[in-house]
Amino acid sequence: MPLDGNIQPEAVISVESPAIQAAIVLQDLVKFFGRFAALRGISEYFVPARLYVVVGDNGAGKSTLLRVIAGLTQPSQGWVRLLGAKNAGAVAHRIGYMGHASLLYDELNGMENLRYFAGLYGIPDDAVCRDAMRKVGLDADLERRVGQYSQGMRQRLSLARAVLHDPDLILLDEPFSNVDARSARDMAAVLGRVRDQGKTIFVVTHQAALMEQVADEFVQMSAGKIVSRTGPKQVSASVAVDAGGAL
Amino acid sequence: MKPFSIAFIVLTLGLLAFSTYQALFVAPTEQTMGEVQRIFYYHVPSAWVAGVCFFVNFLASIAYIVKRNEKADALAAASAEVGVVFCTIVLLTGPIWARPVWGIWWTWDARLTTTLVLWLIYVSYLIVRRFAAGSQTQILAAVIGIFGFVDVPIVYMSIRWFRTQHPSPVMAGGENSGLDPAMLHVFFWNLLAFTCVGIIFIGLRYRLQTMEDTLEAEHAQLALEGGSQ
Amino acid sequence: MSSLSLARATLLKDLRMEWRSKDAINSMLFFSLLVVVIFSFAFNPTAEESRLIVGGLIWVAFLFAAVVALNQTWARELRNQVLDAYRVSPAPANALFVAKVLGNFLFVVVLEALMAPLFVVFYQLRSVGPVWQLVIIALLGTWALVVNGTFFAALSIRTRNREIMLPLILFPISIPALLAMVDSTTAVLTGESSPDFWMKLLVVYDVIFTAVCLLLFESVLNAE
Repeated sequence: MPLDGNIQPEAVISVESPAIQAAIVLQDLVKFFGRFAALRGISEYFVPARLYVVVGDNGAGKSTLLRVIAGLTQPSQGWVRLLGAKNAGAVAHRIGYMGHASLLYDELNGMENLRYFAGLYGIPDDAVCRDAMRKVGLDADLERRVGQYSQGMRQRLSLARAVLHDPDLILLDEPFSNVDARSARDMAAVLGRVRDQGKTIFVVTHQAALMEQVADEFVQMSAGKIVSRTGPKQVSASVAVDAGGAL
Repeated sequence: MKPFSIAFIVLTLGLLAFSTYQALFVAPTEQTMGEVQRIFYYHVPSAWVAGVCFFVNFLASIAYIVKRNEKADALAAASAEVGVVFCTIVLLTGPIWARPVWGIWWTWDARLTTTLVLWLIYVSYLIVRRFAAGSQTQILAAVIGIFGFVDVPIVYMSIRWFRTQHPSPVMAGGENSGLDPAMLHVFFWNLLAFTCVGIIFIGLRYRLQTMEDTLEAEHAQLALEGGSQ
Repeated sequence: MSSLSLARATLLKDLRMEWRSKDAINSMLFFSLLVVVIFSFAFNPTAEESRLIVGGLIWVAFLFAAVVALNQTWARELRNQVLDAYRVSPAPANALFVAKVLGNFLFVVVLEALMAPLFVVFYQLRSVGPVWQLVIIALLGTWALVVNGTFFAALSIRTRNREIMLPLILFPISIPALLAMVDSTTAVLTGESSPDFWMKLLVVYDVIFTAVCLLLFESVLNAE
């Protein structure tokens, strides 16, 4: 539900309900890159344990929105509250992010990459990494360097890296690009199951139809604003029009 | 512009005229160097003002890093530019003074060399301000402002020692040792005048910067409301 | 994971990657050799004069080598936006910084260890003062260049004309350290004066700027 008026952040956090505590709240979010306004004033409230699919044209601000929530970019105006904290930094261990780029080292193999990133989250053992690779359908014993992976494999490893530490909030930017249709459907199903475990997921994608079975809500963005939020059945027609050539 | 500012500018102009007159005509002629010594009344006050400007930049840079206050950044930008200008004056008047007195353009004495290094550091600061991309400019510049100023005492110490190892021509009648009281008098007038000029330039540049920032913010707001990209 | 073990893990990862690709190492080694040879042509080494200027020559050569090494410090992290993954994690920024500085330090020291014998041979160097002092000066001086260099390399990531930005900012600020390196090296080689003051200056420089870098690195990493 969109927020109106000037709600003070402290007022939201002090509310007792843990559901609201864990929510993602955006208030008057604005982000400038020089003179270009990537986000033009977004005030929204996102309930936890839902799968949100963010759709919209190129340049609508979808990636920027994800980066602001992840704490990678500071908003020019407005604020974000998430997981009961004032900024992403405080709850970094509970956030998983997957970007456009692979965020992986080409010179290392799959396990070496995951092992290193697991270390950033204080995860000492290999079992978690092997498990993550298995879950995305990759061979943990593969010696091949990531630089030699196919695009689809790289996407899957990148996803594994993002969810390695079992985050409560998962932000995925185009996770299905260059992934074959069957793997994409599998991934979508996996995301649904993860959501069922109580995690909150934001997926930016041009392939909205893939998510129809599992999504709770489609968030439509245009020119830096959120223009509509709809349930999956209502969105079929409009999303098909938008997604057009990507399907 | 506020009436106080205008009054201050007018007063400073008068002060500058007065101190220049003093420096050129009233101050006694130095016995060994002759008329050329009068550059001293420009050289040293400029160095002083440059130093103060860079110190202001240091404080403003710290304030920006800690508080992310836009005005602090504007002050940092203004003081760095004005500081570089005065520093350039020092570096130009130094050789002009040195040439007729010692027959050489440059000497690696502690103060002049430190000024050169200082100039290099803050010119690099200005270049970074120009070349950094967008919103990061301010943080990056603030960082360099801090680095640069922390370096200054180290530079001075190192060159002092360097100098005792490689002695160079001693400055006859040095600035602060046994200065004739009449000269001291003129020196302080010039010091005051230059400081006021420095304050004015920083003030003007600061105003320019904040106006530019406001303009940027207005443009940005327009872009926000316009709805077009 | 504690900061220290994180830094260690990062350092080991970097070393492993460097060992595998060897692209930076090989070109750096060859570049270092080239620099020494070119200097030998530019500054014709006759036995007595050379000892006076070789302190400066060596350090300028080391400086060139260091800048080339420093410029690629963050190259791998930038290639696939890996820095995003680091920044979004709870890992402290300084652990990353320390690892990168140590990596660069090791790298440049190895280069120096290779270039120094070449200088000795080409310039027929004999040191009047004790060689262990030269080693300490080399370590202190290299740390001075590398700690600031790694920091400014990170800073240059976010500027246009990245490769020129690094030396442009690094050189002026490093001047006192360079002066100390050159003069102390010359002092030891010629035995004509004491390098003590210069070595103390290097220590002071290293301590102060390491502290400043550690304080400010996080701001630079997250500037966006």
